Amino acid sequence: MPYTPHTKSDIKEMLDVIGLEKESDLFDSVPAELKVGHMNLPDGLDEFTTFSKFKKLAAKNVTDKVMFLGGGYYDHIVPSAVDALSGRSEFYTAYTPYQAEASQGTLQVLYEYQSLICELTGMEISNASMYDGATALAEAALMAVRISRRNKILIDAGVNETYIKVVQTYLKFRDIEVEVIDMSSDKTDFSKVEEKIDNTVAAYLFQNPNFFGTVQDFTSIINKLHENKALAVMSAYPVSLGMLKDPGSLGVDIVSADGQCLGNYLSFGGPSFGMIATRQEYIRNLPGRIIGKTLDKDANEMFVLTMQAREQHIRRQRATSNICSNQNLLALRSTIFLSLIGRDGLSKMAQLCFDKSEYLKSQLSQIDGLTICNSAPTFNEFVIETKLSADDFLSQLSKLGFYAGINLSNLYDNSKNRVLISVTEKRTKEELDEFVKAVGGVL
Amino acid sequence: MIKFNEEHEWVKVEDDTAIIGISNYAIKQLGDITFLELPEIDSEIEEGESVAFIESVKAASDIYAPVSGLVTEINEDLLDTPELLNKDAENVWIFKVKLSDVAELDSLLDGDSYAKYVNTL
Repeated sequence: MPYTPHTKSDIKEMLDVIGLEKESDLFDSVPAELKVGHMNLPDGLDEFTTFSKFKKLAAKNVTDKVMFLGGGYYDHIVPSAVDALSGRSEFYTAYTPYQAEASQGTLQVLYEYQSLICELTGMEISNASMYDGATALAEAALMAVRISRRNKILIDAGVNETYIKVVQTYLKFRDIEVEVIDMSSDKTDFSKVEEKIDNTVAAYLFQNPNFFGTVQDFTSIINKLHENKALAVMSAYPVSLGMLKDPGSLGVDIVSADGQCLGNYLSFGGPSFGMIATRQEYIRNLPGRIIGKTLDKDANEMFVLTMQAREQHIRRQRATSNICSNQNLLALRSTIFLSLIGRDGLSKMAQLCFDKSEYLKSQLSQIDGLTICNSAPTFNEFVIETKLSADDFLSQLSKLGFYAGINLSNLYDNSKNRVLISVTEKRTKEELDEFVKAVGGVL
Repeated sequence: MIKFNEEHEWVKVEDDTAIIGISNYAIKQLGDITFLELPEIDSEIEEGESVAFIESVKAASDIYAPVSGLVTEINEDLLDTPELLNKDAENVWIFKVKLSDVAELDSLLDGDSYAKYVNTL
C-alpha cells in the first residue's frame, strides 16, 4: 500500500486542474543547481537485517567514558523509578493531548509540575514547559519586550553561547535590538552592565552560574533594572537551586532553564525540555500551555487548560508565542524525579555537586602547568587552562577513558588552551582521583 | 452625541477629546469580560490601528482606534474590574484620545445607522 492516498488518476486530475504535465513541474521554480538530483539510495531492508545493521552502528558509540562534560546538559543520576513510572501507558505521551480535559491524569501531572517549578524558582507561575533552555530564554526575552513595550534586550556574555545565538535568531526579524555585553574575565562586569541600563531597555538576560561556572550576586543590577522599569531575566541551572538563593528572592522577573538535569538522560544532546516561570502579574504574557485547577459541575476538583486567550488558536497572530504544546514526557519525568528526591534530596544533590567540584578543583590546581581560571566562587563547573592546546588535552584524556570537558577554544577568543569541566554527584572519589592522575600524566 | 464605528467602538466628543468605549452589542456578543489590555498613555494612535485588547470567557478580540490622536487617559478601574463593561458598556469609557483630525468623526456612524448596521449582522 502506498503511503499517500493519491492514486495515479488522482494526481493526473490535480495536475490537469493546474495545467501541469508531471509532478516534477511543480518544482520548476527551484533553480536546477539547487536540486539534489538522484539520491542513489539503496533498496529497503527487512526488519531483522536493519536491526543487526543498526546494532553494529550503535556499538560504535562510546558511552562508558567518565564524563566531565557540562555546559548546559549534565550527567546526573536518573533513578530507575523515573523510567518505570513515566513509561506507563497512562502517562506516556509526547505533548499535551487534544481534548486535554479528557486526560485528567496528564493535566494533574502538569499542574504538579508547575507547582514544583514555582517552588524551585521562587516564582508565582510556571507554564507546562517549553522546548528547551535556549528557546525558553528567547521566549522570556519576547515576554519582556511585550511587558515593557520596549524593544532593546541586553544579554550578558556569560550566558551559554548557543543560547545567545538562539535568542538572536528568535529576535532577528522582530525589530528588537539585541546587545551582548562583553566580559573580560569569567565574571560579569557589573558597572559595565549598569551603565547600559536606562529606560529604553526591556530586559537584561543573564545566567547564574554563568557558562564558565562562576556564581555572582546580581542584586545591584536587578535593582538598577527595576529603577528603570526593565525586567531581570535569569537562565538558571535547576540543580544549583538546591543550594543557591532562588531567583524569586533575588528579585528576578522571569526565570528560564533547561530541564534535562532533572531526571532526563543526556541522549547525545536531546530531547530536553525548557522551563519558564514568572510573577503572577505577567501571566497573560507567559507563552505556552498553562494548567489550572477548578471544580466541575458536581464540585469535584478537576484540571483544565487555562488562560488560552494568550494562545494562537484563539488570539491568532497576536498570540504570545507560536508554541502550541509542551514537552510533556520530559516534564513528566522531571515531575517524578523532583517528587522522588524531594526538597532535601535536591539540596543534598546540589551539595554533592559543589563538594566534588571543589575537591577536583583543589586537586587539579596542584598540578604544574594547570591554572583554574575562575576568579569567583563556582557551583559545579570551572574553567582550566593548561600548557596544552584544548584539542590536544581533550584527545589525550579521551584515550585514557575521560571526556574531560568542553573545548572552549571553539567558542571564545584567547581560549586556545581552555577547557570547561563539570562535576556532578555521579562522579566517585576514585574517578576524580584517577582523573587527576591522568591529567597530571598528560601535562 | 455618541457615534460608532463598524468595529463596535463608540466615541463621545468633549472639546478636542474623544472618549472611547465598546458598544453594548459587542459586549453582549463577547459575554463575561475577564480582562482588558489598555493602550499606553501618551502614545500616538492611528485610526484603524489595533490599540487595545479585550478578553472574555468566549473570545479574545482587538480594540481598534476609531479616531487618530494622542492617548491622554485610560480607565484603570477596568484593569481590576473589567466586568463593569458587562453592566453598561456604553456608559463605561475605556480610553480618551486628544483628536488629531476632527474630520475623521464624520465617517463614524450615528446611533441609528449603527443600530441598522448591527441588524444586518
